[in-house]
This record gives sequence, structure tokens and C-alpha cells, in this order.
Amino acid sequence: MKFDVAVIGAGVCGALITRELTKYDLRVALLERANDCAMGTTKANSAIVHAGFDALPGTLKARYNMRGVELMPAVCADLHVPYKNNGALVLAFSEEEISSLGALLARGEQNGVPGLEILNRDELVAKEPHIGETAVAALYAPTSAIVCPYELTIAAVENAVANGAEFLRNCEVTAIAPDGDGFTLTTSRGLIEAAYVVNAAGVHAGEVAAMIGDDSITVINRRGEYYLLDKSQGALVSHTVFQCPTVMGKGVLVSPTVDGNLIVGPTADDIPDGDDVATTAEGLATVVSKATKSVAGLNMREAITSFAGNRAHLASDDFIIGPSAVNHHFINVAGIESPGLSASPAIAEGVAAILQRVGGGFAENAAFDPVRPEPVRFRNMSTEERAALVAKDPAYGRIVCRCETVTEGEILDAIRGPAGARDVDGVKRRTRAGMGRCQGGFCGSKVVELLARELGVEMNEITKFGGGSNIMFDRTK
Amino acid sequence: MLQYDLVVVGGGPAGMAAALQAKEEGVAKIVILERAESLGGILEQCIHTGFGLHYFGEELSGPEYAGRFIREVQQTDIDVMCDTMVLDISDANVVTAVNKTQGLMQIRATAVVLAMGCRERPRGALSIAGTRPSGIMTAGTAQKYVNIDGYMPGKKVVILGSGDIGLIMARRMTLEGAEVKVVCELMPYSSGLQRNIVQCLEDFNIPLRLSCTVVETHGKERLEGVTIADVDERLQPIPGTEQYIPCDTLMLSVGLIPENELSKGVGVPLDNVTKGPVVDEYRETLHPGIFACGNVLQVHDLVDYVTEESKIAGKGAANYIFGKKKGGAYAATKGVNGVRYIVPQRVNVRGGEKVKLYFRVGQVYRNAKVTVTCNGQTLLSRKRPKLAPGEMENVTLTEEQLAAMNEGDEIVVGIEE
Repeated sequence: MKFDVAVIGAGVCGALITRELTKYDLRVALLERANDCAMGTTKANSAIVHAGFDALPGTLKARYNMRGVELMPAVCADLHVPYKNNGALVLAFSEEEISSLGALLARGEQNGVPGLEILNRDELVAKEPHIGETAVAALYAPTSAIVCPYELTIAAVENAVANGAEFLRNCEVTAIAPDGDGFTLTTSRGLIEAAYVVNAAGVHAGEVAAMIGDDSITVINRRGEYYLLDKSQGALVSHTVFQCPTVMGKGVLVSPTVDGNLIVGPTADDIPDGDDVATTAEGLATVVSKATKSVAGLNMREAITSFAGNRAHLASDDFIIGPSAVNHHFINVAGIESPGLSASPAIAEGVAAILQRVGGGFAENAAFDPVRPEPVRFRNMSTEERAALVAKDPAYGRIVCRCETVTEGEILDAIRGPAGARDVDGVKRRTRAGMGRCQGGFCGSKVVELLARELGVEMNEITKFGGGSNIMFDRTK
Repeated sequence: MLQYDLVVVGGGPAGMAAALQAKEEGVAKIVILERAESLGGILEQCIHTGFGLHYFGEELSGPEYAGRFIREVQQTDIDVMCDTMVLDISDANVVTAVNKTQGLMQIRATAVVLAMGCRERPRGALSIAGTRPSGIMTAGTAQKYVNIDGYMPGKKVVILGSGDIGLIMARRMTLEGAEVKVVCELMPYSSGLQRNIVQCLEDFNIPLRLSCTVVETHGKERLEGVTIADVDERLQPIPGTEQYIPCDTLMLSVGLIPENELSKGVGVPLDNVTKGPVVDEYRETLHPGIFACGNVLQVHDLVDYVTEESKIAGKGAANYIFGKKKGGAYAATKGVNGVRYIVPQRVNVRGGEKVKLYFRVGQVYRNAKVTVTCNGQTLLSRKRPKLAPGEMENVTLTEEQLAAMNEGDEIVVGIEE
């Protein structure tokens, strides 16, 4: 297989970079070691488009965050990904923290964040009636927003594929050899030649860079644990509610999600294995104690799931985005922790510009279409729209996931689409089937059945998320 | 818009019994809306026996028990729409439903019986630490894989929770050749039926560990093991008691939750303990013309009681449809001293009929007395050799006892040791 550019890692950055590169007359491959995109840091983070007051002025984090916030609404509109500008509040619980808010405000203004203001307790309660009793003030950031990171990623991959890119899953890169002006990549799916490589391998970016002898990246795996609460709790706050940041990051937040749930977390613990996403009793307890300080009346009995994700932290506390010192045809996109999601559209734009510079300019792809068609979302439709839809295609008349009201038609779309789902979790992220309060108890086996039928395999070959995560064993006696 | 006298939401044992009773009472146009491909509800996957001992006086399997009602329904002119999901019930009792053949339908109903059943509590609600590989599932989901789909969901199994489905699956998996290592129960007693503990665990030498829980799951792709630990009186894991058990499957049987999303949508008030609607002796909710029965009202341990309860709801719906509902003076029922809840929550004391009160206790009692009082007067006091949370109890108030009560009185049921 021969390509102009091989992008390693189908997280939100890799996906958006690939899509950005399809604007040019390039053969682009997106290489992903897992069975689906959005399987690493992207699927387990806070899902926030940060306003941009955290990053130190002059850093890449500040620059890409600010540009990302600017680009994100249009990208989401093109890709039909829900985006909601809900605003953020950073709470202060003491006089000392009020002065931290002042510092954040000054930093934000230096970064160019509009509309920042400090609210006293009364103003804060007016915005969020359920705010914790001990919060005395808050920094208000009206430009902060929420977006679903895996939905954005899936949409970007679909759009990239529709525009000619190739999405190669289960394609783990194990070695990279320079080859003339380009590279030969040894992968679990054979040799792949590429003139340029983009290293967007998340927590594994250091290992991938080391494959060409670039030892400049040492990723610190920083694990964050989260709870996701039922929609019954989703209206408790309307803004994203932070506490004052610490050296370990932005701390535990409480935020509505674009789907109407409530997300709380993350913790921040540095761990040796970047693929270790186990939750811990201590971590989950920390999330609860901090979150209940921010928001009163948070009912943790309404938790529907807990999970952990690892973010790639660098000692420099900044992103690395640029050509490797070892080989300029190899572009590193590393250390993409918060505000990585916020910055991702800007990182895509930036990497395309870097490649243009390195490669001496590429011709445009005249056929590029930025729009990913809007997927059918039965649950969001009016009675009239639903009636018309079912009349047109009866598959939308069978509800498979009753908690989230997901139809068979939507699941078939998810499997048949470009970069379609190949496993149960893939269907879940594309349609929300199994994401509700029963967590797939009823619809799980239906989804397995549909996947098996569509992919032409036996039910026991279907996995939860690829690899050896099969759901069933052999036939019964 | 379609028009029915009675719309029954759910075609499991509850919905079928309610519809059949309403038919017997003379209700003309009845439809049962069922989300699965066929009638029968969860009984279809319960291929073990033990159903029908109270109601039919014989031991049937789940599909046999359901089959008797399915045949009865087929012999009537009750309409049945399977593979049909109810999306919404409006304040004016208009039911919106959808299926592949008829598309989106709106049905105006004089009365509605809610019989949607319940769902299992998933792992997420428990906050067990650790990884999230495949191989962690509710016992009911596993039951469907084995009994309906014909696949083994695991080979080395740990079961958390000793609810009846967990106990049944311990035996089922053993019979299919799997090794069930242990059943862990958080509480100091099982929430399952005594007969299931004997027939499903003891007969197969499967250990039941009380006051024990799963504290961590291990394995990246498929489950590789769990860590279990004993818990103290506050149900907190006791440090130092952790034990690693290699297994590829963790089945959860940690409680059932009545599925009341539709009920909430139409604004039917729910009982905080049962998680089902607040109802009167005819199982009418506080929303006029909407009735509830079966596991959507309260989680039952025996389907026989579901049938009994649903026939009451069917009769109540018929009375409502024919305008025969009696004007009422309502007394409230209240559980004290170990009685966790009572169904019905309110009773029309002018109803002119005896009323059975169903209840559950919060712990195991031996040689205790069930007492019923009203206005400080003891109406009933019954000795029971054993009371357990897993077994639903009942007491009956006579027509005379009720007639002596007034609007707003409290009927108090308690346990005396």
C-alpha cells in the first residue's frame, strides 16, 4: 500500500488532520491499531471546548486552543456534530482562590478570551441555582462550549473517507524505516509506504517517534476517572463547572453533555501503562467528593457508568506540533492533553500548513466536500418527522434501544456507513444504543445479532471493542 | 387516530392477564402493544420450571406459563401488535407507538394498563472499580444468550448478587458445562427465593458467600478475573479480605428496577421505595384511567402473583371504562417496623370489597408477627415462622374492617418480633 501521507492514530486529532489533508490532492491513510476510531484519549475525556484562559500566554496550547475555539462551531456544523456553547464557571471556595480567579482572568484576557468576568456568590447562584454552598465566587467564561469528542472523531473519519482517505483499522505500526524521501511502515496489516508521516499516536506518540530515532518525546500517562450520570441529573447545571486548576490540571468538573447526561471528573494520576484505563475505588471516591463540593444535590445513585481515560502529558506542559528534528517529513503531534479537543480543528489546520511548507505546496482537491450528511436521529424527531421517516423506511419503525430510543435503521446506518461500526461499542458510540440507563442489558444481544447479520459472521465472532473482546463463546450443548 | 377502550402496554404475563380480565368483564376493544417479536415477556427466556404452583397448582416452565395466556388471548378478539414500541402516552391518554408494518400510530384510549415490566440494574450503577472488558453482563442478558440465542456467554463464572435470576443462571450455566465459582451477596441474606438457593446452588455445590462483594474487575479485552472482598455492617469492603478469583464472566443479579419511563412521561407519581406508580386497590395510578400491574408496579418474585395483581388491574380498568368506578374515601397504607413498602398505597374504604395488601420486609425475621392497625386499633395479628426480603407477603383486610375506616385514615402494617 502506497500513500502520500500516513496519519498514525485515529483520535480526534488524527481524524481531523486526515480530513484536512483530503482538501488536497493527496492519497491519505489513517492508521489505527484498534478496531475503531476514537479508542484512546478521545473516547474518555471531559468533552469540553475550553474558552482558553488556562494555557499560559505564548504556548502552543494557548495558540491552538484560541484558534480551535474559533474553528469548532463551523467544523461541527459541517460534520453535523452537536455543539453547544453553554459557558463555563470556575469556582472559588476561599479568598485565596478568588485571587487565583483574578490571575486566570488576566491570563485569559492576554490570550484574547472574550467576555470573562468574575461573579460574586449572588451572581453565581443566579446562573447556577444548585451550586455548592461553600462556593464564594466564580470566573465566568461565556465562550466555553461542549461537544462529543467521539462523535466529532467518527464524523471526521467518515467525511475523510467520503473525500477519498483510507481508514485502516487494526493497523498497528511496529516499525518505521526511512525510504528515500519517505518511509516504509511495518504494520499489523503489512507494509505501508508513505512520503510523509503524521504521528498522532496519543499516549504512544513517544514510542512512534522513537521508531525513526526521535527520542524527544517522553509521554507521561495521566489517568483521569469519570462518572457519567443519568439524564435525570443532566439539568442540574447548565454551565461547565470547574474548580480552581492545580499543577495536575484543571481539576474535577461537573458538566452537562450534549446528549443531556451529566459528566463528573476527572482525577489526575500519573501511571506507567498508557493503555491502563482501569478505574480505582480511591479515584472514583475523589471524583464524588470533589463534584459534590461544586454542585449541591448531585445524586450519585443516578450514575450509569464510570470510566477512565489517559491523557498524554509532557514535562514541558505544552503540545509538540511540528516536524521531527530527525526527519522533516515526519510530523509530531504529541502531548495533546487538555485543551487538545478544543484545539483539534486548529491542530488539523496547523499540520496541513506544516506539510504544505515541508512538501512545497499541494494542489487542491476540487471535489472536497466538507459536509458529512446528518445521521438520522429518531429520538430528536417530532411525531410528524418520525411518521414520515418510518413510512419511507420501515427499519426506522423498530426500536432496538429503548432507553435512548434508537431504531434498527440507525444501527444499520452506523454499520453500513463510511468507516462503519464493526463492534458493539462502535454501534454504541455512533447511535447511543446501549448508552442509556440499562447499559445495553436489553439491546446488547439485538445489536450483536444485527452486526453478525450485516458483517456476515456468527454472533460469537462479534466483539465489544475488537481484539479478544468477544461477547460470547461457543454454541450451547 | 385509532380508538380503543383499553390499551395495554406490554404483552408479558401482566399485560396478558390484565387484557384477558378486562375482556371477561366485557370490554369490547382492547389492544396489547408488545415491544418484542412475540407475546410472553421475560417468561420466554425462563425455560426453568417453578412457575404456576400457586395459580395453576402445577409446575410449569416460563414459556409454558406464558403459553397458556397467549393461547387464551388468541382465542379472544383482543388485538395484539408485537414488535411495537410505545414512545409516549399523553395526558389525554393518547398512546403513540411505532412498528415496522403500521408505522407511527396514535391511539386514543379510554383506559391504559401499564405493564412494561422491569429492567436489571447494570454494572454502572454499582461503581465497581477496574477495567471494562467484555464478559461483564447482567444475569438476564446472559440468560437470553444461553436460552434464546444458543451461545455460551462464559465458561468460568462469578455471580454478584443472589437475586433469583442470578441463582437460576448459576444452575443453568453449570448444566451447560460452565464452572460457576461463587455467588457473592452483599447483604447478610439472599434476596432470592429459598427454594432457588437449595435447587440452584446447594444441589450443585456452588458456594454462596454472604456479606461479600466484587471490588475490582481485571482484564483488558475479555474479563480475566475479579477481586472479591467481605463487607462490614455498613456494607463497606473490609481491607485485607480481598481475594482474586480468575474468571471470564461476571454476571450481575443486583436488583430489578421497574421500567417507568413512560409513566414518568405522563406524570404518574411513583412510590420512592417500589419505584413503581402509587396505586389504589384496583391498581389505578393517580392519573385517572391509567392502571399499572406486574413488575412495572412492584418487583415480584413469583409470576403467579403478577397474574393475580394484573387481573385486579384488568377489572379496575373495565370498571373505569364502564363508569362503574365507585366514589371513594381513601385510606393510606403505611409500612412500619421492617415493612419496606405496601401495594396498594391507598385503598378506597367505600369499595365494599375485601382488599389484599402485598408487602416486603427489609430483613430476615423468624417467628415474628405481622400486625395491621388503624387508628390505634389492631385489626390483624398473624404469626409467621419466617419472613424474608426475597419473598413477598400479603394480608387481607375484610370489607367490614375497611367500611369502619374513614377518608385519610392510615392502615399501618408492621412486624413484631
